[in-house]
Amino acid sequence: MFTSLGRYILLLQLSFRKPEKFKVYWAEVMREMVSVGIGSLGIISIISLFIGAATTIQVAFQLSSPLVPRSIAGSIARDSTILEFSPTISSLVLAGRVGSSIASQIGTMRVTEQIDALEIMGVNAPGYLIAPKIIAGITMVPLLVIASITLGITGGWLACVLSGDVSPSDYIAGVQGDFNGLTVRVALVKAAVFGFIIASICAYQGFYTSGGALEVGQSATKGVVYSCVMILFADLVITRLML
Amino acid sequence: MIEVKDIHKTFGDNEVLKGISAKFLPGKNNLIIGGSGSGKTTLLKCIVGLHAPTKGDVFFDDQNFTEMDFTQRVPIRTEIGMLFQNSALFDSMTVEENIMFPLNLFTQQSQAEKLDRANFCLQRVNLEGKNKLYPSELSGGMKKRVGIARAISMQPKYLFVDEPNSGLDPKTSILIDELINELTEEYKITTVIVTHDMNSVMGIGDHVVFLHNGQKWWEGTNHEIAKTDNKELNEFVFASKFMQAAKDKL
Repeated sequence: MFTSLGRYILLLQLSFRKPEKFKVYWAEVMREMVSVGIGSLGIISIISLFIGAATTIQVAFQLSSPLVPRSIAGSIARDSTILEFSPTISSLVLAGRVGSSIASQIGTMRVTEQIDALEIMGVNAPGYLIAPKIIAGITMVPLLVIASITLGITGGWLACVLSGDVSPSDYIAGVQGDFNGLTVRVALVKAAVFGFIIASICAYQGFYTSGGALEVGQSATKGVVYSCVMILFADLVITRLML
Repeated sequence: MIEVKDIHKTFGDNEVLKGISAKFLPGKNNLIIGGSGSGKTTLLKCIVGLHAPTKGDVFFDDQNFTEMDFTQRVPIRTEIGMLFQNSALFDSMTVEENIMFPLNLFTQQSQAEKLDRANFCLQRVNLEGKNKLYPSELSGGMKKRVGIARAISMQPKYLFVDEPNSGLDPKTSILIDELINELTEEYKITTVIVTHDMNSVMGIGDHVVFLHNGQKWWEGTNHEIAKTDNKELNEFVFASKFMQAAKDKL
């Protein structure tokens, strides 16, 4: 375990060495941002809408007492979405979508000697392959989480409109009332950390793949599993530290 | 000139290279031959720095490559071209982008100059007009030729080739060998080829190093192979009835 941790830290160190030519690396960063951000927008939108809707219906069901104002469903759904559902669930989904793609892409490059070809040319392979993915993860996951929060809250409103469990005006009043900006800051910190975890762990697994197609698949699986575990661990640590 | 001195390489308990010393002649085709598992590719990877030798040194024009760090190696690496066994073309890039990749990173050339160079390299390997194809759209022989085009794009001083004929039909194999030979002669490149293809050995082997069980077992020219009494080399080279019959006719 300590050997792996050491190799992981060394790989990160190599990844952020001065690039041979900034322009080429920048193009790669942009390409990865599009891949991570735009490429994941569809799945994040779908899960956010449904989770937001389901959360609102469940909160309304649990708080059916006449002593509790109906608008509370909106504020609970909002805070749950901002603090937990959007950053954590989205990141777990992204670990599967983006993480497996990173691990299998780099793993395939390793077993087909494309990484060797980079090294022979004098290119810092970790820097060229991994750093752009980490930068894309750190920047695009928070943007996806912002989109997820917006769509999650919208999903809750749609649930109110369609089910009638809570009136849309009560829901909106709940969403707007007692808003604390800290929750959004926590969500963004979580998103950036989770983005780093997904990109770096999956890239590490891919970079040290050896063998063939079977091992590439195993690296992708390991990358996703380790990322998910680390996301949940980091979620707990950040929540405890910031709230 | 490339020189290796007392190269050892161990993977776990398995000693693959057991003290190999050899000189690879400048401007010539230097072939490393040997049976499967004899350490040919490991030696090649030690020379180019993909493997760190357990012991021993590699010299490029008297500069100790083994002792250099990553940054110190970059100037030598930019003088190295390599063709991999499976070509190792970048899947996400077109043929043209593959060839221009090292130019983008290590030269200050304009886009037009880089494009000219890419077109020249493609023309040199008889693949004009294939610029926009992706590696997945190419045949095995075409991939090898694009690999060669990429390897020569930076006008290398040293060319390393790992199993250039693997997976190719005999006719394409000969074309690839001829292409490598032409480039070596034309640009005075020091070429090191790992192969176990006897046509290559006899056709272009200016200088041949035979490895057996991780040791250098024999060294000479392709003309000397037929006359040698080295038992292991004879068993390797003349393993087939066809080659044995060819030898008997000599």
